[in-house]
Amino acid sequence: MNLKRTAVAAAVLSAVVLSGCSSTGSEGGSAAASCAPAEGKVDLSFTSWIPGIEEVVDVWNKENPDIQVKVQTGPNGNSGTYQNFFNQLKAGNAPDLGQIEYDALPNFRVQNGLMDLGACDDVMAAKDDFVDWTWGQVSLGESDSVYAVPQDSGPMAMFYRADLFEQNGIAIPTTWAEYKEAAKQVRATGAYITNFSQGDINQFAGFVWQAGGSWFDNDGSDWTVDLTDPASKKVADYWQDLIDEDLVSTVPTWTTEWDNAYNSSAAWTWNSAVWGANSIASGAPDTAGKWAVAKAPQWEAGDSAAGNWGGSSTAVFTGSKHPYEASKFALWLNTSDEALTMLNTSANIYPATKEGLNLPVLKEGVDFYGGQPIYDVFAEASSEVSEDFAWGPTMTQTYNDVSDGFKAAVSGDGTLLDALTKGQSATIDALKAQSIPVKE
Amino acid sequence: MTAILSTGRGPQESRLSRAGALIVMLVFTLYFLIPIWWLFIASTKSSAQFGNSAPLWFADFNLFDNIGQLVAYRDGVYLKWMLNSVLYAGLGALLGTLFAAMCGYALAKYRFPGRDLIFNVVLGGVLVPATALALPLFLIFSQVGLTNTFWAVFLPSLVSPFGVYLTRIFAASSVPEELLEASRLDGAGEIRTFFTISVRLMFPALVTVFLFQFVAIWNNFFLPLIMLRDEALFPVTLGLYSWNSQVNQIPELRLYVLVGAFLSIIPLVITFLLLQRFWRSGLGAGAVK
Repeated sequence: MNLKRTAVAAAVLSAVVLSGCSSTGSEGGSAAASCAPAEGKVDLSFTSWIPGIEEVVDVWNKENPDIQVKVQTGPNGNSGTYQNFFNQLKAGNAPDLGQIEYDALPNFRVQNGLMDLGACDDVMAAKDDFVDWTWGQVSLGESDSVYAVPQDSGPMAMFYRADLFEQNGIAIPTTWAEYKEAAKQVRATGAYITNFSQGDINQFAGFVWQAGGSWFDNDGSDWTVDLTDPASKKVADYWQDLIDEDLVSTVPTWTTEWDNAYNSSAAWTWNSAVWGANSIASGAPDTAGKWAVAKAPQWEAGDSAAGNWGGSSTAVFTGSKHPYEASKFALWLNTSDEALTMLNTSANIYPATKEGLNLPVLKEGVDFYGGQPIYDVFAEASSEVSEDFAWGPTMTQTYNDVSDGFKAAVSGDGTLLDALTKGQSATIDALKAQSIPVKE
Repeated sequence: MTAILSTGRGPQESRLSRAGALIVMLVFTLYFLIPIWWLFIASTKSSAQFGNSAPLWFADFNLFDNIGQLVAYRDGVYLKWMLNSVLYAGLGALLGTLFAAMCGYALAKYRFPGRDLIFNVVLGGVLVPATALALPLFLIFSQVGLTNTFWAVFLPSLVSPFGVYLTRIFAASSVPEELLEASRLDGAGEIRTFFTISVRLMFPALVTVFLFQFVAIWNNFFLPLIMLRDEALFPVTLGLYSWNSQVNQIPELRLYVLVGAFLSIIPLVITFLLLQRFWRSGLGAGAVK
């Protein structure tokens, strides 16, 4: 915890340093002047924190003697690697390629850290290979530009205890209204239907995403911050109601206490992303075989909308001398069956391409889920994620502010909506402090 | 506090205050040992039992199994990290202590213009936290192309302003001028005098500096985080932190982080047990004069 705080503090510190000295910076325009192949052999560096990425890159290196990629690693993005990227951009020794989550791309974009791959014909031609909304996440709303190649996605669905729902004669909820009814029935047995997370603001954002909201927008020059749009209000009020009526528990997530709630059948569902499948399997080993996955509850019966939680991309940094080769590698890494299969086996990476969703490894039944081919549910969810949700340039700050408010709200101090309202004004202040134009 | 101090007063001690002192010490001992006990217990459990057995008592004893898995994970990268930590901390502390000793000794025993100024600047260095220097160091090392190398972590580890401060105070009080005069009269050069006479007299202080520096480098996390990209160069702190940052998505890493953290405190414990004797006399000797 302490380490994390120090890292965040230093991150803030050096962000100030960065923006303070940007006049001397080497970060010029971000547009790729050209995207032409280089003569001879090219060496690229690529920073990623995916365990096992080295083996995948080895395959590429064997097949492409003229484009050799060297892997660099570190902790996951928000735990230090993003700050390292900013430091390296400042020092002029950033790697050619780097892994960046969707919610962090705008931050790099406003600091002119990303190369626009719009000039790379191969990349633009691959647009239709990717699930539509993931392309929206990397093009940042610009039509002729793209700032990264989508890597993975986290479409959301509902994990639930099939055995307990059946034993207690409770119908599997298909709408959020039914979900609340089910929550009451579950509560009557002494358990909770789920746990509301105070810390995972990107999960909450996934709920807002499903409800059709969007927290940010950029019209080409100015940012709009909208943490309290009607969809966000609806979602906040809904969960506030469940908290007030004591229908959901509010233990801190990713703790032993939280694992235990699932392992001991004290919590019955989890509305989470595709990668959550492994979190349950390892956190609640005693419940193996008893889980199943269903489409996320909808706001209106008959709707089909899904949210997304997580997902990252492979970006080319400003200053790379070989955007052509770099983007070629990024495309191979994120579209070839070979690479996607390896990434899925070694690190549960769920592809962002339409083809990738049909990989043989994603068609198999999963024992922990009673043999259900759960990835079919997520493949469908992936096609139902809206293209409209956009992230802002200061997400770490936004997450922290909203999370502080959520923590207060679950202990009875204010409401979730209050937290969003505060997060809204704090975010606007943060943008102004960094001289990022914002509309109020 | 008063209870602890009063135990030093000798035979007229009342039983009550002695018991009070014991209780206070017991509470503090527990406070410091329980996390380590927890870590030890956690590393002996299989990942399935980690969540659903008593946190402070054994379930099935899987420690060696767990260590085996940790060491085998990704071709033994963990062992590489431990070795790196030992290199950074061991070599860094050894050389750092030597430099600090030379510097402190020179400041204490030689008169030259600017002596106080230098000492005050070094003292100022004690006040600057290492974390604050990491980013400037990164930018400097970037200019000379030394980031992401062994030297990026090793060179900054050689500097110990606190060590200079301590050795200066200690040299002033424990190395008598008369002895140096005698050795000079006998024809020994300054360097020989330093290594054969002064270093021996200053030994307790040097052990203290070594221990401080060893622990500081071993625990220094922020500098490697900023400097290093190549997994093969990571010290164990940064390696475990990287794993821990991915526990949400790769849950099996949790076990490796726990077992790895437990193993990583063992070298520190050994160093302390071996050098503790010197350290105590070192702190005491400095305080008497």
